[in-house]
Amino acid sequence: MDNIAGTKSSLVWVTHLSVALLVFLWLFPTVGLFVSSFRTADQIATSGWWSALSTQERQNPAIRVEGEEFQDGPLYVIEGELFPDTDATVSAWGTSSRAPEEFAPGETSELSNDRTITLEVDGRYRFTATESQEGARLPRIFTTAETPPEFTFDNYRNMLFNPDNVEGMAQAFIATLTVTIPATIIPILVAAFAAYALAWMEFPGRALLVAFVVALLVVPLQLALIPLLTFHGWVAEATLAFLGSPDPDSARRFAEVNWLGRLFGFEPGDTIKAKGFIGVWFAHTGFGLPLAIYLLRNYMAGLPRDIIENARVDGATDFQIFTRIILPLSFPALASFAIFQFLWTWNDLLVAKVFLLDASGSTNVMTNQIVELLGTRGGNWEILATAAFVSIAVPLAVFFSMQRYLVRGLLAGSVK
Amino acid sequence: MHPVFQGLLTIIIGVGTCLAYFYFSNQLLDKVLFPARGPQAGRNINRANMIRPWLFLFPAMFALTLYLAYPVVETLRLSLTDRTQGGAFVGLANYAQMAGEPKFWEAMRNNIFWLIVVPAMSTAFGLLAAQLTDRISWGNIAKSLIFMPMAISFVGASVIWKLVYDARPEGTEQIGVLNAIYVWMSGSDPQQWLTVPFWNNFLLMVVLIWIQTGFAMVILSAALRGIPEETVEAAIVDGAGPFTIFFKIKVPQIASTIVVVWTTITLTVLKVFDIVFAMTNGQWGTQVLANYMFNKLFVSIDWGVGSAAAIVIMLLVTPILVWNVRQVRKEMR
Repeated sequence: MDNIAGTKSSLVWVTHLSVALLVFLWLFPTVGLFVSSFRTADQIATSGWWSALSTQERQNPAIRVEGEEFQDGPLYVIEGELFPDTDATVSAWGTSSRAPEEFAPGETSELSNDRTITLEVDGRYRFTATESQEGARLPRIFTTAETPPEFTFDNYRNMLFNPDNVEGMAQAFIATLTVTIPATIIPILVAAFAAYALAWMEFPGRALLVAFVVALLVVPLQLALIPLLTFHGWVAEATLAFLGSPDPDSARRFAEVNWLGRLFGFEPGDTIKAKGFIGVWFAHTGFGLPLAIYLLRNYMAGLPRDIIENARVDGATDFQIFTRIILPLSFPALASFAIFQFLWTWNDLLVAKVFLLDASGSTNVMTNQIVELLGTRGGNWEILATAAFVSIAVPLAVFFSMQRYLVRGLLAGSVK
Repeated sequence: MHPVFQGLLTIIIGVGTCLAYFYFSNQLLDKVLFPARGPQAGRNINRANMIRPWLFLFPAMFALTLYLAYPVVETLRLSLTDRTQGGAFVGLANYAQMAGEPKFWEAMRNNIFWLIVVPAMSTAFGLLAAQLTDRISWGNIAKSLIFMPMAISFVGASVIWKLVYDARPEGTEQIGVLNAIYVWMSGSDPQQWLTVPFWNNFLLMVVLIWIQTGFAMVILSAALRGIPEETVEAAIVDGAGPFTIFFKIKVPQIASTIVVVWTTITLTVLKVFDIVFAMTNGQWGTQVLANYMFNKLFVSIDWGVGSAAAIVIMLLVTPILVWNVRQVRKEMR
């Protein structure tokens, strides 16, 4: 088929260019956030991220003179550097916001009370005064400088490894993992058995059950929120009644705990919450099952009949056939679904909001934390970009390493 | 206990229980209830084999019924009752109240736009990308990069695009690409794009199109490769140009796949919640049904109207549901 394009070389070029443009458009927004997460707050606020990749001349925010004062003859002197971490080249500077480009590098600015500032081209400055400036408000320096590209890991250090940062993502990262792993494994297990039964076991009503699963494939999970939240509340209360007796004021707080409850470590006054990890696992299991059963059944039904019948003749039970033959052969389908479910649970916001998050905030997942940050830190892109990238990094790694299975699963799920 | 260990322990218990159920229920069936020995061995084997499918199916069917089938019925019931009156039956009062709210009609209008624009644009871009990348040497890399947003959460995508739409006060340097280009091209003041009525809806749709195009591309690309080469070759011999071949030969042959892609994206659009919730929360005329429902359920705590909105979403997906079930029943025969 290559000769269609091959006959017209101009068309080949158009194709290459169009694809390059498409890829550029699709990549550009993500790269923007990625680059931003390595820039300081000042840099992000004063220039577009695209300018971070090359040397730029720009006006910097004012920097106040600071440092140790020492005496040099009759003068009190403070010396320092404006850009200790970068190789900025100053092109103009000033000491007031009204004239930020008043002086050239190397010139000296005379300030009130016989004070002076001299700024060199590399950002070194010398501040002099005739009397001690101890406790006084020191002047600010406005600069216009050429700054080479500069990136920092501080945002990640702050968002991930700073235990004092209440907005940090470390705890949310663990909470997301705790949601995701069981919510991926449990539906696979449950669905694999059901898919085998639907693909290879004979029983009345099989076709009806397949139709049932397919119908549920499109039911919006929005419908399940309130009924299931009520159900989870009921389960919490029933569990409590089983392990002890409830407080008269609250059906979800223990007044007394029986021996079984003590075995599980409950004490009077403890509560059983309707929202929690167990609830969200079950919810994700329920919502993921239709796709899991559908994908796995389609795959298993396509396995060669001979293998299974030979095994039956040799006296293998269904359980053995399933664990020894079907499961290993279905690995590609299992992997496809595992990736889907992993991405879906990792990226989920709605299910977590409804079935997991409570006022305590100890189970906050990353997606919800990012939404909260969007509300409270709307303009602080160094925080937002870093938080978003921490949560995006894992799915992207999974995506690029397991793309083959993902594509295979998509094809099995929708092309008939 | 450290939360990581607690997490690990619960994971092991959860998965272990699951495995134990399948193993021991089978053991029970084969060894205790219907042992395959003694005078009735044959009959026992048959009976065990009649029960076994249901052992395999039970957890899945139980979860499906409880987590998806029952809620449909229960939500329907809730939409006809009023919680403040102790769950009394109120007929269609909730629906009537909802129909009287301008926000609901705004959500309906926006949803219709979403339903038209997003599947159409995603499929069109997907088809374009699939066709173009199939012909070039670095096509697979290009595909992979266009497909990548699929792995990014709606929330993450919202942050990404909020930066694109960001606006800084006029006179300062713009850090959002859209405003930077807009100010540079037109010379006018930067815009708060997400608050511009009507058009802000399309800016939100761009996010979902950006995510879904990769999905459409992957599936359509596989379908394009499945086209028999003879049909294309015959067209070349007859002197057809590349555009004629694409639109008259290729597209008709993958029409059924296009329909599947279209409906799958339609389903995603109907449930779209995170993007609107994270970017505008339905302000400035961007409300959609799923977010309207979420607000009713968890902000106004009005279960009746919230459930009524959920039923509206359910009604909108029903045609696709019926179509899917009919397809599968046709295949099973």
